[in-house]
Amino acid sequence: MEFGFTTAAYVVAAVLFILSLGGLSGQESAKRAVWYGIAGMALAVVATLIGPGSGLWLLSVILIAGGGIIGYIVAQRVQMTEMPQLVAAMHSLVGLAAVFVGFNAYIELGRVLAMSPDERAALDGFAAILAHKTPVEQSILKVEVFLGVFIGAVTFTGSVIAFGKLAGKVTSKATKLPGGHMLNAGAAILSLILLIAFLSGAGIWTLILMTLLAFFIGYHLIMGIGGADMPVVVSMLNSYSGWAAAAIGFSLGNDLLIVVGALVGSSGAILSYIMCKAMNRSFISVILGGFGNTTGPAMEVEGEQIAIDSDGVATALNEADSVIIIPGYGMAVAQAQNSVSELTRKLRSAGKEVRFAIHPVAGRLPGHMNVLLAEAKVPYDIVMEMDEINEDFPDTDVAIVIGSNDIVNPAAQDDPNSPIAGMPVLECWKAKQVFVLKRGQGTGYSGIENPLFFKDNTRMYYGDARGSVDALLSKID
Amino acid sequence: MPEALIIGTPKETLPGEARVAMTPDSARQLQKLGFSCAIQSGAGKAAGFSDEMYQEAGVEIVKTAPSLWKKSDIVTKVRPPEEKELGYLTKGKTLISFFNPAGNEAGLEAAKAKGANVIAMEMVPRISRAQKMDALSSMANIAGYRAVIEAGNNFGRFFTGQITAAGKVPPAKVLIVGAGVAGLAAIGTSTSLGAVTYAFDVRPEVAEQVESMGAEFVYLDFEEEQQDGSATGGYASVSSPEFREAQLAKFRELAPEMDIVITTALIPNRDAPKLWLEDMVKAMKPGSVIIDLAAERGGNVEGTVKDEKVVTDNGVTIIGYTDFPSRMATQSSNLYATNVRHMMSDLTPEKDGQIVHNMEDDVIRGATVAFDGEITFPPPPPKVQAIAAKPKEKVKEPTAEEKRAAETAAFKAQTKQQVTLLAVGGLLLLLVGLIAPASFMQHFIVFVLAVFVGFQVIWNVSHSLHTPLMAVTNAISSIIILGALMQIGSGSFLVIFLAGLSVFMAGINIFGGFLVTRRMLAMFQKS
Repeated sequence: MEFGFTTAAYVVAAVLFILSLGGLSGQESAKRAVWYGIAGMALAVVATLIGPGSGLWLLSVILIAGGGIIGYIVAQRVQMTEMPQLVAAMHSLVGLAAVFVGFNAYIELGRVLAMSPDERAALDGFAAILAHKTPVEQSILKVEVFLGVFIGAVTFTGSVIAFGKLAGKVTSKATKLPGGHMLNAGAAILSLILLIAFLSGAGIWTLILMTLLAFFIGYHLIMGIGGADMPVVVSMLNSYSGWAAAAIGFSLGNDLLIVVGALVGSSGAILSYIMCKAMNRSFISVILGGFGNTTGPAMEVEGEQIAIDSDGVATALNEADSVIIIPGYGMAVAQAQNSVSELTRKLRSAGKEVRFAIHPVAGRLPGHMNVLLAEAKVPYDIVMEMDEINEDFPDTDVAIVIGSNDIVNPAAQDDPNSPIAGMPVLECWKAKQVFVLKRGQGTGYSGIENPLFFKDNTRMYYGDARGSVDALLSKID
Repeated sequence: MPEALIIGTPKETLPGEARVAMTPDSARQLQKLGFSCAIQSGAGKAAGFSDEMYQEAGVEIVKTAPSLWKKSDIVTKVRPPEEKELGYLTKGKTLISFFNPAGNEAGLEAAKAKGANVIAMEMVPRISRAQKMDALSSMANIAGYRAVIEAGNNFGRFFTGQITAAGKVPPAKVLIVGAGVAGLAAIGTSTSLGAVTYAFDVRPEVAEQVESMGAEFVYLDFEEEQQDGSATGGYASVSSPEFREAQLAKFRELAPEMDIVITTALIPNRDAPKLWLEDMVKAMKPGSVIIDLAAERGGNVEGTVKDEKVVTDNGVTIIGYTDFPSRMATQSSNLYATNVRHMMSDLTPEKDGQIVHNMEDDVIRGATVAFDGEITFPPPPPKVQAIAAKPKEKVKEPTAEEKRAAETAAFKAQTKQQVTLLAVGGLLLLLVGLIAPASFMQHFIVFVLAVFVGFQVIWNVSHSLHTPLMAVTNAISSIIILGALMQIGSGSFLVIFLAGLSVFMAGINIFGGFLVTRRMLAMFQKS
């Protein structure tokens, strides 16, 4: 096949990918959009396989099929609560693949440069492109390879750590080696020096050393970021995997790789931005880990937490006309989404208005709660975003907080000294009654006392979220 | 239980004052509060209440004023007490009456010297809770109504327009200046009589009330931010000279058309502003009528004589009566007595015929001008602001112009930001272009465009679909497989091996990513 055909196929594929992302603007169009993505990918892979320069296509097909089977099995088996881990794991694969492809590009370059002019003329495919490069283009290529490998390597270890943290295999606390961010900065500067050495022809060892440094940066960077910031981390890694692909695309001279890399990169960047904004924190402060310094002593919380049993909650629910449920990561941990869905169904069939209020950073992945509720067959049109529902709390009889803490903390609005001051929060305390489902007394991830629990209209319903909701089910008529 | 206190009402001493502060009805209600009632013989006669009617209601008739004052623990009156009456005050006696505390220093001093408590009905604060005792409003309401009737009495034509067999009668045109309680009452009366009614007020926020009563609000072409009346307890405040000029110009324009003008413009504790000048009076048609409800404080109209009716050379009648409420004595006595009765019930929380003069209560504190040998006038500002919280609302709802200005500013800022970004981005791009070779630039352009498209597209993604978005971007970021596929045909074993691994990993990702996205999306269901 001619190169022209491959290019044409790439154009079509790129358009399909854009449509695929654009289609995610609504739940219904999204179902079509995913097929655009699949078609685009299939087209791109087939066009590359039959295009110029690829060899061993049988091996390629076998490898794709092998990988595909594993991917299929994983996709079928994964629990929706495990979605964040899965996404992180998949990012790590893209990162590692980018590292490998980057290395290959350099090795090929070395191989091609070592050839005699006659041999070069006989080359085809990627090697042929390399053979035609001028010295300036070669150094640009080197920079691109270097960048691609660097980003890919950071993505790889970062995603592995993120996976570990999300799966509970690594402590989710923010831990840093002594030296903290100076270590990262040092490693980054060293990588820059290695880049200069690499460009002046120091050989492959600089590339390998840089890769190791980048692995370290990825590891150390993500280790230093704690639990509730994970949505930002995951979307950031998502972004990195895109930029890595784009950098590799440059070094390979492949426009489709560039386009898709850029799409994915900007997507992840926007998601990170949205998440940061929802926490009223700058991207830098999230990356640097931990919550910012407080500017003064936190406001004294007065009053006491008043506990309530399931009978009390059930009575209030039976009497209520409108209910808003605010799920958080605790619901995912307790696997309570199905019980919550059942509760919702019962309340709705009793003619009550039940809605869900989702904070942008609820859970450990952007949109995590929406997916969990969808899995539990909660209709998506009663699942509202924060901005859509925040004004409705004063007209609501009962607000139920299930496993969330910081996103319903009134201190964000009332206490200028609070570490989360200014973060947009769900104003559930404006409802007539608030029930908080919680495992026990104590503060959330950020360690901030939550005045909501001490409010006059708040009752604490202690216990495992799933058991608590199940206990309610039998008492709702 | 201590003996029930006696509430007594003397006959008004001012000549021509027909009102009375207690009616048989209010006496019955007062007795329910535990009080005994007494009235001076003939006090209610001018208002249409005979001594027999009072007797029937259980009120004791007392022959003379001195004995009534002596007998009563609480005296209710309409007009401010005269010097002789002040002499009847004794320690602990409570007087409830209009008192004009701002202009009645002698009265205050006398009350102080005697140790009497005085509640001035005009000092009842203008808050919702106190509306039932707001005698000024009740009286103003009557004055507004009566002003129109009085005007009709002196006006030679119909109010309403008619087509009769004898010819067409045009409707009368009525202008009401000042849309306070009296003004609004006048508007209501005038429109229900069928006149074409215009109304003006310096507080533009009353335009809605005016229009709801069926009158047309006269707007000025005036830009200045007019002060919100709610900041001054619901009263109009003094306006700027420019504003006044614009106002007079408007009146001058209206004067020749108007048949009846009723002015009600008063600013608390000041002389009435002159709003209807001589030239306007001159411009009016013969037979027109002007009622000046502000005559008591000098009048809004040039040419008003207090308590008199004058006819100008060009045949315009100017009425400066100040006793409109008294001219409808039955009605105004009923309302005033009710106001007083409400005041009493606030003073008698236990309904046991004993007064609890609670100086912590905003309403009672505000109305009390002398208490226990002290002058307590003027009162501190009420804790509850009159017509409270309105300014706050204003902040929330900027005017259309402010909104537009804010939008324009935001738009400008946004444009500035975008232009800066574009300029910096463009400059960087040009710099790169200076150094980099053409082959790189081609790819670079594609890259920049793709980032741009990405930003445009992703912003539209629904929040609830962020997890599927991540899964799908994950799947398509395995496009890295293309690189691996291009390299797998290489001659070097190491390259083949690494490329193979990459293909394998990307394969996992492609299938895993797309399938899991599909699974997730299938779960999203509408109710």
